[in-house]
Formats: sequence, structure tokens, C-alpha cells
Amino acid sequence: MHPLALNFDFLFSNFSQLTVTGLALGAVYAMVALGYTMVYGVLQLINFAHSEVFMYGTFATLWTVYFMGGTARTSGFALARMLTVAMVIAMIVSALVALLLERVAYRPLLKRNSPQLMALISAIGASFVLSETMGLRDNITRWLGLNDNFSRYVSGARDTRGLPMDIQTHQLFPIGNYHVTNIDLIVICCALLMMLLLDQFVRRSRLGRGIRAVAQDPESAALMGVNSTRVVQLTFLLGGLMAGAAATLYMLRIGATRFDAGFILGVKAFTAAVMGGIGNLRGALVGGLVLGVAENWGSALVGTQWKDVVAFVLLVVILLFRPTGILGESLGKARV
Amino acid sequence: MHTKHTLRTLAVVAAAGLALTACGTTSSSSTAGDSGSNCPAGLKIAFLGAQTGDYANLGINISNGANVALDDYTKAHSDCKVTMQKYDSQGDPNQATKLATQIIQDKSIVGVVGPAFSGESGATGDAFNGAGLVTVSASATDPALTTHGWTTFHRVVATDADQAPQDAKYIKDTLSAKKVFVIDDSSEYGKGLADGVRKGLGNLVTGSDAVQQKQTDFSATVTKVTSSGADAVFYGGYYAEAGLLIKQLKAAGYKGAFMSGDGSLDPGFIQAAGADAANGAILTCPCAPSTADFTKKYKADNNNAEPGTYSAEGYDSANILLNGIAAGKTSRSSLLDYVNSYDQDGLTKHIKFDNGDVSTVVIYAYKVSGGKIQPGTPIK
Repeated sequence: MHPLALNFDFLFSNFSQLTVTGLALGAVYAMVALGYTMVYGVLQLINFAHSEVFMYGTFATLWTVYFMGGTARTSGFALARMLTVAMVIAMIVSALVALLLERVAYRPLLKRNSPQLMALISAIGASFVLSETMGLRDNITRWLGLNDNFSRYVSGARDTRGLPMDIQTHQLFPIGNYHVTNIDLIVICCALLMMLLLDQFVRRSRLGRGIRAVAQDPESAALMGVNSTRVVQLTFLLGGLMAGAAATLYMLRIGATRFDAGFILGVKAFTAAVMGGIGNLRGALVGGLVLGVAENWGSALVGTQWKDVVAFVLLVVILLFRPTGILGESLGKARV
Repeated sequence: MHTKHTLRTLAVVAAAGLALTACGTTSSSSTAGDSGSNCPAGLKIAFLGAQTGDYANLGINISNGANVALDDYTKAHSDCKVTMQKYDSQGDPNQATKLATQIIQDKSIVGVVGPAFSGESGATGDAFNGAGLVTVSASATDPALTTHGWTTFHRVVATDADQAPQDAKYIKDTLSAKKVFVIDDSSEYGKGLADGVRKGLGNLVTGSDAVQQKQTDFSATVTKVTSSGADAVFYGGYYAEAGLLIKQLKAAGYKGAFMSGDGSLDPGFIQAAGADAANGAILTCPCAPSTADFTKKYKADNNNAEPGTYSAEGYDSANILLNGIAAGKTSRSSLLDYVNSYDQDGLTKHIKFDNGDVSTVVIYAYKVSGGKIQPGTPIK
């Protein structure tokens, strides 16, 4: 097939399947994009290590399932319970990694008023440290002499590790000629719910007001009695919670993870954040969903090997016509 | 000031130290001993391939197989000790090139088991050919490698050019598929294999797609497969993506056959797919399954590790070199001549080289069932 022969016929006849699965993929992008966009809005820092926060969440999900005795035969209610617990634990783990990241990689630099470039380099370094630590976990447990107890958790350290059970998809209701599955529904609804909660939190609560204040003008916020250190911690915490939830939803759909699984997803999520308007929470949501759907449509039209090209061309086109992204305005509204 | 100066000096020393360690090799030898009377002292063969890094498993499978051959040799010929020195390239052609120079300069090395990967073989072929140092690879399957006129390059496996037509034959005859969807991962290996299968299948191919390495979401490809009504899918690529692909295909209700090449023949395929989704998949390979005998010796010599893909071929590769040394060919040129005229049965097949390629071409089909890869049977 000629690469420029756009396969519209295929796109339209499978429109609902491509769109629904694209939305499910996009929902995961959106939740991870929230972490990027919030940190950028408050600190003007691109948190490159956020992809590893997500990756640790996927491993937390996997290990919780192992720990709770998940086997290939676990299903139904027991499986649902196991995955819910796994999601809570993944959110906590991701939040802790994010807080650790803030404390070790960023706060010392911010306290010294170092240039943004230093924080960026620190972010990249932190990303490598975190992903390689996961990739060398079998060596680490060997040094600590813990090998036998944890062999199930640390074996195949650089390989793809999958959930022990196959999560059965049940077809629920049809949209067009595609039957929406339970997993599609869970992922999309869960993601939308969490993003709605976060949005309401930032808009209405006192702490959320603090975040917006620091994003708008850190000095005035300090004069108004907002503790900027606490606010930064809170920002990282919220980003981590979202990434952890996204991680479990990702494991629900894909079922397997690796020590470097965060990287590509992180790049896509950051792209989504920029596409929607960096620093804008609702922008991250819109950007993520748009990116997920665009990737699928692009794959259908031109071929899956062009998927990323389509996504980034879309980004460039959007920025050409709306340089501040689709929804434009930032967290603090008045940020230039 | 004083602190700054000290720090700077320390930094320079540390950097120098790092640079020096980078010059060193990760080498480990097995079974050393006093030299015999009519063979040169400190005779060595080298192993060149991945021992660490993302592809470690593939290289370790082969070097472990070579260990078994070395152990067999040492038991039979205690008068002429040979050791194997391993050179870790991490599967990277750039590192392999530097290590090849070191291997060539070490005059006690008379033969090389490897290089393990096609990329490394391509990058080091000229150097080894120029030095007249014989290499026997257990796993470099790129067909182009034997077109460069290297007298030193040999491999004991069939190439991807042999695997593809056999795979197409299997799909047509054994699976009796009517509509085949062929997917590749855009890599040189995956695309090459898939294109060969496409050619062999002709108009049975109902659709094509290309994915990327490290891709995890295949929903668009899955949609294409299900809407095309294909009853067989062939994937050219590696196990990480193959596993996720078959899992997503089955989750979308795909009920047909799934077939892939030797890049997917790894327990990692089952890990990524989950035991249920992986069941019924057929993975082909020019590599032979291990016999019970070999498995026993392998585990005894390698800390109870299980033989893997190309372990038996690793044994054969090392064995050819060691047979030559046992026959008194202890110089590089005489060993090269010996290998070029080799004509004996190996563990996996009868071995005779024709321009570096082994003359016996066998492709094995491995079926996945019960959550494990079952021993393969040759494709007739």
C-alpha cells in the first residue's frame, strides 16, 4: 500500500473501535500528563522523572498482586478486590517516589535559586537513577543478601514482567459496530472521575488555592502566608497519586511492564500536556484524550509505523495555530 | 580554594580511573591448568557476545552451551588444556568492534565462538577476516553476512532467508490458513523475516501492518486484524512486543493462529502474554531443542541453569573449534583450514560449511502450551 494512500475506508468502518480504544489509551496519557502540567505550572520545571514515578506505580500494582497471592486462576470478585487494593498501593507508592524526587532532586536546587537548566539536568539524572535501580533490582537484592525471599519479584529484572492472570474482557454494550468492553469502561470512567476530583480539589479547596497562588506569583503567595515548600510537596504528591492510578489502569489494559516502560509513555504524556496547554489541568485531560485518539486514527489512516509521526505532526499543527495549546491558559491564569 | 583544588584533582583522577576501567574487558575463564607437552601453553578460544545488558540472556545461553563443550573437551583431553575467554559486547556492534581488536591482538586465541548477533558479526567480519582468525557463530542469522567473501565467518544455523519460506510453508500447509495478516516491528530482523513470509504466502496475505519496538498498545493493529477476518497472524519481531500483541488480539476476540520467528522464542513471550493468551502460539527457530542428555550436562556445568535458545548451537560452535585443537590444529591458519573443511555430525545437525553457511537447513516449530514452550519439531 502506498504510504500516502490514506485508508479512510478502514477508519470509518472501524470508527467506534478505534475511538473507544483510543480514549482508553488517552485516559492513561491524560492522568500522567497531569503530573507534568502541575509541576510545570507551579515550578516552571519539566519533571522528566515523572515517567519513572509512573513506572514504579506499575511495579507496585504487579507486586501487590503477587503478594496477595494472585495466580492465573484468580478472577471475578477476588480479582476486582485485588486490583482495587493494588491501585491504592500503587497510588501511595507513586506519591512517595514523587515526594522523594522532590526532596532529593529538586528542593536543594530550588532553595539555592539555581537556574532552571540545573533542575532539568537533575530531572534527567533522577530519571536514569530511578529506572536503572528498577532494572538492576536483582543485583541490589543480591548485595543485601535477600535473594531467595524476593526472587519472584526481582527475577527478569530487565525483562517484561506480566500479571499472572489474564483479565477477562466482557463485552458490554455496542457503540456502532464495536462492543465496548468492561476494561475500556473502567479505564475511561476511573480516569475521568479522578481527574474531576483533582480539578475540583485545585479549584475549590484551600490547599488547591495555595497551589494556584504559588503558580501565579510565588512571592505574593508567600506574603499572603502560603508555605511554598508545602505547596510544592503537595503538587508532587498529587501528580504522584494520579500517576499511580494511571499505572494500575495501564496494567489493567496492557498487563505487563518493564523497567523502561515509563520512558515512551512519559514523552507522550508530556506531549499531551503541551498540546492541551502546559500548566492547565483541563488542558492535560483534553490533550491526553486527543493524543490517544489521534494515534489510533493515524495508525488506521496511514499505518501503525507512522503513529508517532502523526501524533507529533498534530502537536506542531496545534502549536502553530494556538501556541499556548488547545485550552491555552495556565494554572495560575495570569502566568505569561 | 584548597578544597576546590583537591576536588578538581580528585575529579581528574576519578575520570582517569573510569577511562582505564573502560579499556579493560569483562573476562572470565573456565578450567585453567598446566600446559601439555605438544600443544602451546595457554591456548584459548574466545567468546564474543552479550553477557550483560538488555540482551544478556541470549548471549549467556550460547556461552553456557560453549561451557559444556569445553567441559567435554577437558575431560577427554586433559593433556592439552584450553580455556575460554569471554568478551562482553552487550550485543552492541560498537563495543564488539573494540573487543574484536583485543581478541585479534591476543595471539593465544586461535578461534572465536560467536559473534552472537548479526549486527556484531557484520561490524567485526572484516577485522577477523583480515587477521585470519576463524569465527563460528551460533546465532547470527542475517543472510547478508555470507555475501562479503569472509573466509573466517561461519555459522551453524540456518538464516532468516531460510526461516521465512519454511514459516510460509507451515502456515499454508500445516495451519491451512486462508487469510493471513502479517505484522512486523520495522526492525531489520523483523521486517526482513516478515517480508520473506509475505513473499512466500503470496495472495494469502489479507493485510499488513508495521509496529514499533517498545510499543505497548496495539489497539489499531488489533482492530485491523479483527476487521480483516484473518485466521492466522504472523509477527516478525521480538518477544516483548509479540507477547503483548497476542494478548491484545485474544482480548479483542481473535480466535485464529499466531505464529512468530526465533526472536519471540523466549520465556519472556509467555511472561508478556500471560500463560492463557500465549497458549497455541507457534514460534519457529533455526535452533534445535535440547536433548535430555544435553540438558543434564548443561545444568551440571552452569549452576543449574536451563538451556535456552541457541544453547545447543553454542555447544556445536565451540565443539568444532575444540575438535580442531584436539586434532593438533593449534595455530590460527591451521584451525581456519580445519573448520573450512569440517564435515561431521554435531549435536544439532550434520555440519559442513558452504561459504560460511551450514549446509543442513532445518527450521523447528515450537508450540506454546500449558504455559511453557514445548520442544520443537522440524518443519518438513
